[in-house]
Amino acid sequence: MIRLYDYVLSASCYKVRLMAALVGEKLDLVAVDFHPGRAHKSSEFRKLNPAGTLPVMVADDLTLTESTAMLVYLASVGGPDWLGPDTPRGVAEVQQWLAFSGKLAASLGMARLHDMILYPGNIDALRGDGHGALRELEARLTERRFAGGVWLVGDAPSIADIACFPNVMLAQDGGVSLDPYPSVRLWTRAIRALDRFIEMPGIHRLHELKPAPEVA
Amino acid sequence: MISAQVLNEWYPVAMAAQIRAGMQRETLLLGQPITVALQNGAIAVQAADRSYPVIERFGHVWTCPGTPAHDLFTVPEADQPGRRLVDVGVVRVKCSPLRAVENFLDIAHFPFVHTDILGAEPHTEVNRYEVQIREDSDEVWATKVTFYQPQAAKSAEVGGVTEYMYRVPAPTASVLYKTCPVKPGEWDVIGIFVQPLTEELCDVWPWMALFDDTTQQAELIAFQQMIFVQDRSILENQIPRLLPLDPGMEIPTQADLTSIAYRRWLKRRGLTYGAQMVAA
Repeated sequence: MIRLYDYVLSASCYKVRLMAALVGEKLDLVAVDFHPGRAHKSSEFRKLNPAGTLPVMVADDLTLTESTAMLVYLASVGGPDWLGPDTPRGVAEVQQWLAFSGKLAASLGMARLHDMILYPGNIDALRGDGHGALRELEARLTERRFAGGVWLVGDAPSIADIACFPNVMLAQDGGVSLDPYPSVRLWTRAIRALDRFIEMPGIHRLHELKPAPEVA
Repeated sequence: MISAQVLNEWYPVAMAAQIRAGMQRETLLLGQPITVALQNGAIAVQAADRSYPVIERFGHVWTCPGTPAHDLFTVPEADQPGRRLVDVGVVRVKCSPLRAVENFLDIAHFPFVHTDILGAEPHTEVNRYEVQIREDSDEVWATKVTFYQPQAAKSAEVGGVTEYMYRVPAPTASVLYKTCPVKPGEWDVIGIFVQPLTEELCDVWPWMALFDDTTQQAELIAFQQMIFVQDRSILENQIPRLLPLDPGMEIPTQADLTSIAYRRWLKRRGLTYGAQMVAA
């Protein structure tokens, strides 16, 4: 059994729960009182993860503290197709976007924690960096669309998409609108339409489309 | 200019345990900067010109920026032995503080916002219930509220019909009583304490007093935060931003009885901070 030390409102924890659901791996969730208790900074929790961060994944004698590494593990165990194209270019591009997801967490993710649970930070700078990251993502996804693609890398959804999705989808929580980023919005719809997609507070499943309005 | 009726009420401004642990909280109340901190072993609320009166109750710090018109309400059930008291922690919402309370009073949104937890299609009907503004206590009460819920609480293992009572004992606070899954015959108590930072921004402090001996504290907190944050994006997108107190473009239905009583009560008492008086 794979155990996940989890916080329900954390984008990084959701990333792992989502990946597990998509590849059909069951997680044993252990709730950690991140807010208001700051239990992830307690000495007891630091025995598990000296960095005092969430999520933490434990599978037998393997302990992981980076969410992107957890995505790699879950995909390797439950759905190797999710690792992306097995070519030099594909492998490298997936790594590129896994690393990029850290920028989203450091900008959009922190803006959200600031606005929602009063984390300290320079909100204008966080939002500005968030827009910078979204512009990079928009450029990539627009290029992909022009080439007939939907996903960040290759012809199928991969861990790269899942790594980037949560903080983007939750950007509004930190006061950053996705209105200027149409390719990003279309991509989030594609992810929300995946089989076995799961929600978190602030991220809704894709409802049935409303019938088209009648043209007079 | 903020009216005396508004200034003379009690408002939540901090979690007591955090202040007692040494946190100094710089915040706003009705647009004015205040500091909540420990001074000589007691919790104090300091404004620019003077210090405000303080009541520590339900795990939170309450203050009054005017002359208190009355004592802060009580919840006698919270003192029953065996209850777990849970401070859920602050969530900031960009909305009128009155809208945050009104959302808490609404049942009809459960199947659509708290899908498969507090409600599920096709069980969307809100059955007839009773609402009154109680003259003796000057509180809004809704009783005999029933609703089908797939998972009414963290401790609930199967779906079922939950009975609720709702109570508004202060302009920006509400308490609900709902069927306790593990102790039939008793009520679980859940409160929402809303700190009005400005007319369009609030800090919300959910709080619970439950019978539940098995669920971990972190799970109880996570469950309630999950529910409340599902509401957050809805609240931040409600228009008009201020809560309308005059009947205008809105057509309430039977399910909105509690909301209508709350709005009438606010209007009658002149509690208009965060409200809009003329229909847009």
